Amino acid sequence: MAQARGERAMAGWDEDSLTMAVEAARHALADRQTTPGAVYFGSTTHPFADRQNAGVVAGALDLPETVFTTDLGGSLKAGTAALLAALNHVAVQADDEALVVAGEHRRARSASAQELMYGDAAAAFTLGSSGVIAEYLGGHSVSTDFVDHYRAAGQPFDYHWEERWLRDEAFQKWVPAAVAAALKKLDIEAGAVDQFLLAEPAPKLAAAVAKRVGIADAAVTDGLLGSVGHAGAAHAPLLLANALEAAAPGQTLILVSFGQGCDVLVFRTTSAIAQLAPRVAVKACLARRKEITDYAKFQAFNEVVTLEKGLRAEANPQTALSTMYRNRRMLTGLVGGRCRKCGTAQFPPALRCVNPGCHHAGEMDPHRFADEPARIKTWASDWLTYTPEPPAHYGMIEFDCGGRFMADITDWDVGTVAVGEPVRMVFRVRGRDPQRGMIRYFWKAAPLAAKEA
Amino acid sequence: MADGIRDKVAILGMGCSQFGERWDMGAEELMEEAFSEALADAGIETREIGAAWLGSCMDEVNIGKSATPASLTLRLDNIPVTRVENYCATGTEAFRGAVYAVAAGACDIALAIGVEKLKDTGYGGLPGLEIGTLPPLWWPNLSAPGVFAQVASAYMSRYKVPRDVLKRALAEISAKSHANGAKNPKAHLRKPVSCDTIMASPMIAEPLGLFDCCGVSDGSAAAIVTTPEIAKSLGKHPDNMVTVKALQLALSNGSEGGYNDWDGSYILTTRKAAQRSYAEAGIGKPREELSMFEVHDCFSITELVTMEDLGLSADGGAIKDVMDGFYNADGKIPCQIDGGLKCFGHPIGASGIRMVYEMYLQLQGRAGERQLKDPRYGLTHNLGGFPHQNVVGISIVGRYR
Repeated sequence: MAQARGERAMAGWDEDSLTMAVEAARHALADRQTTPGAVYFGSTTHPFADRQNAGVVAGALDLPETVFTTDLGGSLKAGTAALLAALNHVAVQADDEALVVAGEHRRARSASAQELMYGDAAAAFTLGSSGVIAEYLGGHSVSTDFVDHYRAAGQPFDYHWEERWLRDEAFQKWVPAAVAAALKKLDIEAGAVDQFLLAEPAPKLAAAVAKRVGIADAAVTDGLLGSVGHAGAAHAPLLLANALEAAAPGQTLILVSFGQGCDVLVFRTTSAIAQLAPRVAVKACLARRKEITDYAKFQAFNEVVTLEKGLRAEANPQTALSTMYRNRRMLTGLVGGRCRKCGTAQFPPALRCVNPGCHHAGEMDPHRFADEPARIKTWASDWLTYTPEPPAHYGMIEFDCGGRFMADITDWDVGTVAVGEPVRMVFRVRGRDPQRGMIRYFWKAAPLAAKEA
Repeated sequence: MADGIRDKVAILGMGCSQFGERWDMGAEELMEEAFSEALADAGIETREIGAAWLGSCMDEVNIGKSATPASLTLRLDNIPVTRVENYCATGTEAFRGAVYAVAAGACDIALAIGVEKLKDTGYGGLPGLEIGTLPPLWWPNLSAPGVFAQVASAYMSRYKVPRDVLKRALAEISAKSHANGAKNPKAHLRKPVSCDTIMASPMIAEPLGLFDCCGVSDGSAAAIVTTPEIAKSLGKHPDNMVTVKALQLALSNGSEGGYNDWDGSYILTTRKAAQRSYAEAGIGKPREELSMFEVHDCFSITELVTMEDLGLSADGGAIKDVMDGFYNADGKIPCQIDGGLKCFGHPIGASGIRMVYEMYLQLQGRAGERQLKDPRYGLTHNLGGFPHQNVVGISIVGRYR
């Protein structure tokens, strides 16, 4: 498609909207002292149609089980819907914080225009009433059954209608009207808008809307279509995260999502934004990207081709749900134990301490390993076992705080895994059970970017 | 303090099936092949056997649960038969059951038989092991070469061994076993293989290539044991009698996989089991006193570190010993004189007993073309499970006097 330029982001075989949401949320929560009481997860590609996806996110973050969780979906507005729901949550419960995550793993048919235009990404925010870096001023929502594309329940791919119709009917008419209505409601001059963030489904629509409303050309931000691609319900939150990363205090930002209507959200940055500690956000993620030029790999990861996976892929991967439930904090939260007697940190949590000099029974405090620095102690690159991306890398991962376990090693190039390499733990798909539709998640060791070491 | 098993039990007879891709046979026929040889060797009737132990690891793809397949197939005389399973130490475990029963006086004559029928699984390598409901939720999708390749990465890191130096030593190990196995009519693989071929073989799990991995075979082995006194009463001459000197088992308790002191370059349990075995057998200087040994060479790297774990090579010194030919057929302590798992493959339940079978033949001077000169002690070693979470079985057998 002539419009497609640059790059697009693709999920690894062991990533989906949920794992990317967890990754974004961990970065968002990196320096938080408080614990969110709610998790709102917006996506049109939640891995589970009936299992609380936001609950898995909360588990991966080891949030207390008193947390409120909910999924929002059904439209590419789901990301802003999650934001609005969370804003309402903290407005009603002023002493609480809410976590908003939006993630999307967008699949498209081979050789379709969407394959070039779509991207996989996630973004996350914490919402609350103290230390606010961008104040929500208000907004305006429109719900109209304008179907430029759709995907029926259970279908893997979107179906699209003509782009000219999308441009002429939606982006020349009711989208600008909704933006204008929001500005009028808040009594803000279009010329006073510093950043105009429109999650556009095709290039140049943001500029057209801005022009129609009277927002300055200079305020129209990069829509990230050439570096990320359109990340569906995550795209508007992604644009907001990207804008906030660079925004100065006192700026007015308008965020617009689009999908059978639109949500317009208006924010004003505060002085606190200047004090926000640096974090891994959009720019850092783009900077540490791994370039993939292997189209066959892209097709394989998105399961748009039928692959011979071999006999080993046929092993029965049934999940014992009761076992998973009993060990949920260990499996989803990467929570091990720390012996009350000798202080040894260990994974998995044990009935008797693993320290050969202790072996004390029955007194173990929970210890979360997800954010603990670790290194590779032993490794293998295995061409025999089944993995969607051979060779499988795995090995003994040893934590600086004490504790170790044999883990999958992900995101490494062949020949770069080595004893002593620093790693960080990431929440990923461990395996899929196509027969029963189950997805197993667990933690893997990923290379530590040089600047994080 | 217990005084151990030394010289309390003698081997009355042994048998071993042809190992290989036995498409023509099921586990039952393989058991019969090993058992009938053992029975003839012992010179007894089936009804004289008072108890039996069946070693079989992968019951789901093999003969199924319980010990009835052995009792039914061999038409045992309604005696107690117990099926044992302890990963790759399964065969040794069956042998241990039979030996202990005789030593305890629970019966006069006992049978240990191990069998595994791997070639009906459809897999090129070992099929996956059932590991319960929790480990599959968090363990890597591992394979046997992959978990043992980690020993190689750790060994290279600990001793700062360049990859090509290790790779060459591993090739020497495999080439030595192939040379030995070529002289063994019961081995599966009977062709000498050059180091160059071994080093050029396709990669399975870095740095282990195809020829660093043992074969996948079907097979069975059997041992009939009794007391030296009964053996004598049955006409066996003390000068030609092989007795059990030590039987030890050591299992991980989780420290290797959970506590940060093991570096992954050796097998902790082999060291523990070896110390206890030497003490039980009364062997003070294994490098001087041991005549030969069969180790669990599921992979060439496993054999290399086992040489050190058994105290035969110094830590970090196995590469030199291997390159010096110390463990060759004409070396000081031949290792895998029968060809090892490398040439016999690893029908799990049979392997431990198959190793003892070779030691038994050698000690009686019945090993044919590969017969060693006047061996006195033979050690067998099995390593099952994963390097960080395993079962190690060691037996030492020797001449009665």
